[in-house]
Amino acid sequence: MLDDFFIRAVVGGVGVALLAGPLGCFIVWRRLAYFGDTLSHSALLGVAMALLLDMNITLTVFIISVAVSLLLILLQRRASLSSDALLGLLAHATLAVGLVVLAFMTWVRVDLMGFLFGDILAITVRDIIIIWCGGLAVIAIVSLIWKSLLASTVSYDIAVAEGLRPDLSNFVFMVLMAGVIAISMKIVGVLLITALLIIPAATARRFSGNPEVMAVMASVLGAGSVWLGLEGSLEWDTPAGPSIVVAALAFFITSVLPFPKFKK
Amino acid sequence: MNVGKDTLVALDGAGLSISNKWLVREVSMSVSAGEIVTLIGPNGSGKSTTAKMALGIMTPSEGSVYRRENARVSYVPQRLSIDWTMPLRVNRFISLTRFLQKKEIKRVLSMTETEHLYDAEVRTLSGGEFQRVLLARAIAQSPQFLVLDEPVQGVDFNGEIALYKLIEKIRNELNCGIVLISHDLHVVMSSTDRVICLNGHVCCSGTPAVVATEPEFRALFGDRAANELAFYKHHHDHEHLADQTVRKIKEVEPNASAQLGRKNTSHVSVKRNA
Repeated sequence: MLDDFFIRAVVGGVGVALLAGPLGCFIVWRRLAYFGDTLSHSALLGVAMALLLDMNITLTVFIISVAVSLLLILLQRRASLSSDALLGLLAHATLAVGLVVLAFMTWVRVDLMGFLFGDILAITVRDIIIIWCGGLAVIAIVSLIWKSLLASTVSYDIAVAEGLRPDLSNFVFMVLMAGVIAISMKIVGVLLITALLIIPAATARRFSGNPEVMAVMASVLGAGSVWLGLEGSLEWDTPAGPSIVVAALAFFITSVLPFPKFKK
Repeated sequence: MNVGKDTLVALDGAGLSISNKWLVREVSMSVSAGEIVTLIGPNGSGKSTTAKMALGIMTPSEGSVYRRENARVSYVPQRLSIDWTMPLRVNRFISLTRFLQKKEIKRVLSMTETEHLYDAEVRTLSGGEFQRVLLARAIAQSPQFLVLDEPVQGVDFNGEIALYKLIEKIRNELNCGIVLISHDLHVVMSSTDRVICLNGHVCCSGTPAVVATEPEFRALFGDRAANELAFYKHHHDHEHLADQTVRKIKEVEPNASAQLGRKNTSHVSVKRNA
């Protein structure tokens, strides 16, 4: 079944969409969209480092993303700049450094477009195994820290006072974000990862009465976007990554249309 | 710091400074099971900071804090804003930090007269309704240590009295230690065991009756507050519940004035007719 490149793309893409759902909800609730952008921009530096040091790309992207998050926390504590300025600084600094490092390595030929916009149709069985195993691990960890993460999203003070250790769960969340970016880079590319995190969650908001429903809805809508986008891409010969995002956008636009019967 | 077996939290000379400014200094206090300790003081006097140090939300820059291990704690913060992007209904909010059965959630909501809000979205609540829900959430944890930072802000006057009575009832039922931050001196004091008067440091402390006579207290709050603290009297033959019904009170006790400084004041003090 996995012999067909299209099936592989759907299976891999749906895997990524499923785990992007719950994390994307937290990105929306905590207003972290720019943080997601920063991490995904830094992924390009990860790609450059991987090629330079001849390491596994997914692993290196993960390590660089975690390092960037830690750097951000450090800078937030010390510097007198606002968070969004720091995020902008890190996002574009890592992107630029990544591009410069790539340019220096004249001996490697890099498909830059593939990293920026994803290359879902070149997905291998090995990639699928990484996505689904990594994805299941992410989902398991998210459900473990869910209560603490949700409580500290509502009120950090209440979460600390009532013994939920939000600092730990916030750190774990950051690491998971880095992990998701590392494994989804191949699917939609560096520039569009945040879209896969945010758009399905934003669409799910209107149809959900509680946070858990919104997370599951976001996963389902994300998976639907992957499938629809890939079908469209095959049909009209459009690039796969952007087509997925356009499909997600179509769901979102449908959701904001005034259908009174959907109102809860 | 003297830590007895009933002590839930004790601060010993605790203070907090943020960017070289002391928010509060040298606070020593302790809260034991079954005790209501009320923090009073003007704005910016360090009441909330003291509460946060007691809860472990802030680490003191000087002094030390003792907290009993594994005590069930619940907290009603002074300010809480929930991002509208999160769909959150009242029933889900009640079991935010601990899972609760539907029956249990309904029970605590009915205690704060907000049962009709069970399915309401939290962001659509009015200020007073939200305070009631916050209090219900805190009670639902069956806490051993409860910190209430201005728990009745925005609640109508009769509701205020009912909620303070509820807080006292909770103390009696659960035998929990309560730290209460409030400006409603006249209502709170009848059930308070100890008052700590803060203004950047502990100005004075003791039973309400004692504190009312302290010159520092009069200097800080004026004579009117001191008189309110010392005496409170008010009459009503009915009460308005939050769901807009009116409940008659059959008999008006002739002598319902608050009695101060009593340990177990549930049967006197601010009664329904007070």
